[in-house]
Amino acid sequence: MAPTRPQTPRPLRVNSRGAGLRPGRSGAGNPTLPASAMAAGPAPLGGHPRAQKPHLSKMERVVVSMQDPDQGVKMQSQRLLITVIPHAVTGNDVVEWLIQKYCIAEDEALHLGTLLVQHGYLYPLRDPRRLLLRPDETPYRFQVRLNWEQTPYFWMSTLWPAAELDYAIYLAKKNIRKQGALVDHEKVGYHHPSPATPAESSQRNPSPTSGAHSPGSKLIQMHKHTHPIEGVSEGRWGVHPPELGVGKSFPLETFNHPQAHYDQLHRKINHTWDLVVMQAREQLRAAKQRRKGDRLVIACQEQTYWLVNRPPVSLLLEGGSWTAEKSLQGQCVSLRCSLRTCLLTLGKDVSFEILAKFLTKTVDFYKRRIECCRKALGRTRVKSSVCLEAYLKFSSQRGPHDPLLSGCLPSNPWVTDDDTYWAMNAPSVAVPTKLRVEQWAFSFRELLEDPVGRAHFMDFLQTEFSAENLSFWEACEELRHGGQAQVPALVDAVYQQFLAPGAARWVNIDSRTMERTLEGLGRPHRHVLDDAQLHIYMLMKKDSYPRFLKSDLYKDLLAEAVVPLETKRRVFPFMWKPRHSSPSLALLPTSTSGEPEAAAGSPGGGDGET
Amino acid sequence: MAADGLHENETLASLKSEAESLKGKLEEERAKLHDVELHQVAERVEALGQFVMKTRRTLKGHGNKVLCMDWCKDKRRIVSSSQEHAVTMPCTWVMACAYAPSGCAIACGGLDNKCSVYPLTFDKNENMAAKKKSVAMHTNYLSACSFTNSDMQILTASGDGTCALWDVESGQLLQSFHGHGADVLCLDLAPSETGNTFVSGGCDKKAMVWDMRSGQCVQAFETHESDINSVRYYPSGDAFASGSDDATCRLYDLRADREVAIYSKESIIFGASSVDFSLSGRLLFAGYNDYTINVWDVLKGSRVSILFGHENRVSTLRVSPDGTAFCSGSWDHTLRVWA
Repeated sequence: MAPTRPQTPRPLRVNSRGAGLRPGRSGAGNPTLPASAMAAGPAPLGGHPRAQKPHLSKMERVVVSMQDPDQGVKMQSQRLLITVIPHAVTGNDVVEWLIQKYCIAEDEALHLGTLLVQHGYLYPLRDPRRLLLRPDETPYRFQVRLNWEQTPYFWMSTLWPAAELDYAIYLAKKNIRKQGALVDHEKVGYHHPSPATPAESSQRNPSPTSGAHSPGSKLIQMHKHTHPIEGVSEGRWGVHPPELGVGKSFPLETFNHPQAHYDQLHRKINHTWDLVVMQAREQLRAAKQRRKGDRLVIACQEQTYWLVNRPPVSLLLEGGSWTAEKSLQGQCVSLRCSLRTCLLTLGKDVSFEILAKFLTKTVDFYKRRIECCRKALGRTRVKSSVCLEAYLKFSSQRGPHDPLLSGCLPSNPWVTDDDTYWAMNAPSVAVPTKLRVEQWAFSFRELLEDPVGRAHFMDFLQTEFSAENLSFWEACEELRHGGQAQVPALVDAVYQQFLAPGAARWVNIDSRTMERTLEGLGRPHRHVLDDAQLHIYMLMKKDSYPRFLKSDLYKDLLAEAVVPLETKRRVFPFMWKPRHSSPSLALLPTSTSGEPEAAAGSPGGGDGET
Repeated sequence: MAADGLHENETLASLKSEAESLKGKLEEERAKLHDVELHQVAERVEALGQFVMKTRRTLKGHGNKVLCMDWCKDKRRIVSSSQEHAVTMPCTWVMACAYAPSGCAIACGGLDNKCSVYPLTFDKNENMAAKKKSVAMHTNYLSACSFTNSDMQILTASGDGTCALWDVESGQLLQSFHGHGADVLCLDLAPSETGNTFVSGGCDKKAMVWDMRSGQCVQAFETHESDINSVRYYPSGDAFASGSDDATCRLYDLRADREVAIYSKESIIFGASSVDFSLSGRLLFAGYNDYTINVWDVLKGSRVSILFGHENRVSTLRVSPDGTAFCSGSWDHTLRVWA
């Protein structure tokens, strides 16, 4: 099938004659306009499809190629009890196809397939409430996006405002079908009292644990588990971020309960409830005229759609009208650089003041951007080849020092539960390890960052009678990162000790820098010594540091440094599977990949467990 | 509609087009020095072997989605924040948290638009909330925070589109950073010798490098196709990686002033929420919104491994300070330590 995307997606609505109803866009002048279009709030401007989350369009590309008649997944009729469902695929075939197409392993294919199911692009024909992909003969079908006039379509990206009314109609249909009793998993053991005011509701935080003893809580947990996707429209933090400029707490969105929704919806759109019930009855009647196979398919489609798209309880409580669009709107807080987007986001209700303020901000924004670009054009750049070579050198030098890459001796504490590695590498140890001492030669910064390294460097400087340089540098660091209140006192102390003529620990700075610094001291701020500090830092780096590395002091440190013994088993992540076991078990290497010598010093043999 | 700041002959449209043309010129300049790709250079490097990492610890204790975590410098302790209304930390919706370098305090904030510092105490009877100090104040939610080299200063990023540097003791704003066109979602401090820059990423798809002293944007990169959720410096400080909703992670070199690598795969569809490097910078760990963690070979650009385990979105990921493990936090209410 080659689906075409219609211009104005709308759910199928049935009028009293049983024919499809097309709701108007602007909401004006159309006598047969159903109430939902008006109740749902302003229609999207200009019919422009909202920029959707990138993962949705990517998933849709996958699904479209899955349905390709030549290269797609094998489709055939599947039997479901006594009904034959056409155009179905098996879970197995889906997994195989994904493995082939993306060159991935089975676990990843299964994972990806399950995500497609959970987002409603694929739905199971058996047991539709459990949104999983099973790698067996379980039949699945693709959610359709045919012309809306024939069937409703449920792709997430279409984002027609899945308004409360549609959801209410869906629930009403269920209600009628089950003769007034929604099924168990939709009923609520948890009673959610209606809030007196929206403000009150936003302070209360219902949570699953608070209702631990209520009968519904177990259902909540179970239900949550089979539906981990908590509303794709929730944005990065899983909440609806606050309105512009105002921070407020939102109640937790802990679960979705159709019964709770039903009651809330009933209260909210009471005035149109007759319409809801009428629509529900009409849709049910029209559905009866379809073939059983189609009925089953559409029921599954619809159920999956609402499982994925039902409105969050929090917004219902707030009393605002919920649409999928508004949820996304909640994400677009604060400034956007495009005025058009601003209008789309805020709608026609934006006030003149806000717009003017926004416009000014935009002017600043562009001016800053221009400035930044101009400066960037003037900067010097380095050739890519030079920069990239640097990564190679850096990584090869540091490779042996990277525990996750090369393991660590004696063992990684997280793997073996043996703390020795941490003890041996504590910030201040008497005897540092060899790797640690080697690292001091990598860069001056790393020498200074290590308290043990820095202490030894200080000792070395003392032999050269230039220890005041390091002390000065340390004092400057303290100033730079210290509290604001301490700045004047610290600046003064540094000046007295290091910079004043005849100071006890006078540092040798070039005259120009000294002049500038002394000038700045008149109005002390935390960066007033930056120039002097940099000068001394470079002096140490270019002069003292290389001498330190060549000195006997350093060579002795290297010679005395400790190389820890390996423990009973080597746990290099790249060699074989580390086991989660207590250190008392000694395991022999199991791989036969030519792995070098067994662990030295292992006390006795192990179980040789795999 | 008259707006302040516009000169004669300037209109919003003209400013915008000038910005666009400058941007085009900048791209041209950057391209001139691009003589080789990273994966070409990396051909000489030995490939990594079969990679196996497992969950070593699962930390359960949060009653709701874990949103953020940070390691203590002692390499063992972790602070994490979540969506719940916790007794000891009475700020709901904590989206950002950070450990102080001394290990004696933590900072956190979120929908309360503030960043607050709590001194840590091991005395169970003491009420931590009482000692809380409000440091940062933004006009929108706090998305990220980090101590600079000491306990005295905090850098914050906010949904109001700005970053800011604060003095902890007085709560004074030391510097603010304007330039993002939308919410700023993440930041990271540069491990440089002069220690004066940091990078931030936002919903405007831009990653910007700032000078902390002047408040100016030093460099900007705009190659992502969607919100940047996480930025992290390469250990040498010459580059940084970013993770975005467009399902890719990218490496930007600061000296070459351009993007130098893209880490993506067709089968990876969901956005990356957080990234971090291993100690040597050879591995890039990225947590995704499809509950998985992908491990990338930074030099060769290939994916080394995919880690399953979380049952919901991975929202935060950090390598421990000594590189022995990394920790991931998820909307499934747990934290996992992997090694």
